[in-house]
Formats: sequence, C-alpha cells, structure tokens
Amino acid sequence: MQVRIRYFASLREAVGVSEETLDLPDGATVAQARALLAERRPALAALLPACAAAVDRAYAQVETPLREGAELAFIPPLGGG
Amino acid sequence: MSDEVTQALPAPIIRITRDPLDGEAIRALERAVTTDGAGGVVTFTGVVRDNARGKRVRALEYDAYPEMAESELARIADEVRSRWPESGVALVHRIGRLEIGECSVAVVVACPHRAEAFEACRYAIDTLKATVPIWKKELYEDGEEWVEG
Repeated sequence: MQVRIRYFASLREAVGVSEETLDLPDGATVAQARALLAERRPALAALLPACAAAVDRAYAQVETPLREGAELAFIPPLGGG
Repeated sequence: MSDEVTQALPAPIIRITRDPLDGEAIRALERAVTTDGAGGVVTFTGVVRDNARGKRVRALEYDAYPEMAESELARIADEVRSRWPESGVALVHRIGRLEIGECSVAVVVACPHRAEAFEACRYAIDTLKATVPIWKKELYEDGEEWVEG
C-alpha cells in the first residue's frame, strides 16, 4: 500500500522535499513507517525519535495501523506562539 | 422569542495566515467575536523578541502543517466554548518570516465577565503552544536554528 508522507520545519530541511510517497506492506503501523524512513533517509534518523506522529491530520500513537492513501506526518517539537 | 434572547454567538475565528497581524487586524478580530452580551474581552498577542537563550535574534521564520494546525485550533476553540459557554473566540497564527516586534499570534476571548475571559484566554494560548503543529526558526547574524520546544 502507499502512504503519503509530509515533512515540515526541520524534517523538511533535512530531507529537502515537502512530501513523498512511501510503499509499505498492508497493515503496517506508524512505527514501521518510521523505522523504514529512518533507514531510507539517514538525515531523519537523528530527528525522528523526538517527533510525535499524525495520521490524517490528527495525532496518532505509533501502534496505529496505516491505510492505503493515508497521510502521515512526523511532528517535531512544537514552537508556536 | 422573548425580549431577553441575546445576540447569537459568532462562530470561532480560526486562521493560519501569512498576512500581518497588525493593530487593525487585531481590532477587527476583537470586534468580530464581541457580542452585546460580552463584558470582558481579553486579547493575548505574542510578538517577536530580539533575543532567545542569550542569543541575539534578527527575525523568526514560522512554519506550520496548515490543515492540521487549523483543525487543532478549532479543537481548542471548541474546548473554550464548552468550558466557558458564552465566549467568543478568535485564534490566529501567522507564518512566514516575521521581524522583531511583529505579532505572531493573537488569541481573543470575549466573555460575559473578565475573570472567565482571562482564564479562557490563558487556557487557549497555553494549549495552542502545546498542541498546534507550528514551528519557528530563529535567524541570527551568523546562522539559524529550529527551536525545539
């Protein structure tokens, strides 16, 4: 299945793109997607452990299973205000 | 309908914007959320400071996950409305490059009485900072850095 990954702030600068599509086995979880990304994109490996995750624009636990076409984003420590 | 029915509460104003949040824009938000039943209006504005952790800051660059930021802002507005039922709420955050002294965020809460307006405004800005996916990069004379938390 394919999942849309979106990058913001420090993550976007680290990878140099604002989004990409990731191929994952059916039923893969957020944690599995994160592990695969850290392996594929070494620049992310040091940043991802501090990030929260969001699936379809809502915060999600790492055990959350992903669906085909889901939008997944990793959320670095926040700096709003 | 009785004579005692007061003006309907306006829908919360929720916005991630690149437009300046100047005095006129903030005044417009205050007017938009203040009904005839409001007796206290509290506005919090966050402004860009020229220093952070001992370093001189030249400007800030804000980034957001816009769709999720707006849905998280809407969630905060709903929480404010459920805890302080007769409140008018505006939550606006600016993104892009901001210079020293410019306003990055405006939180306006209009309530029947001042105590609840202060309380609700404080709750809204504190929750915004903790939950809304917005990030800032500090730009220095000799470099730049994303602020982590």
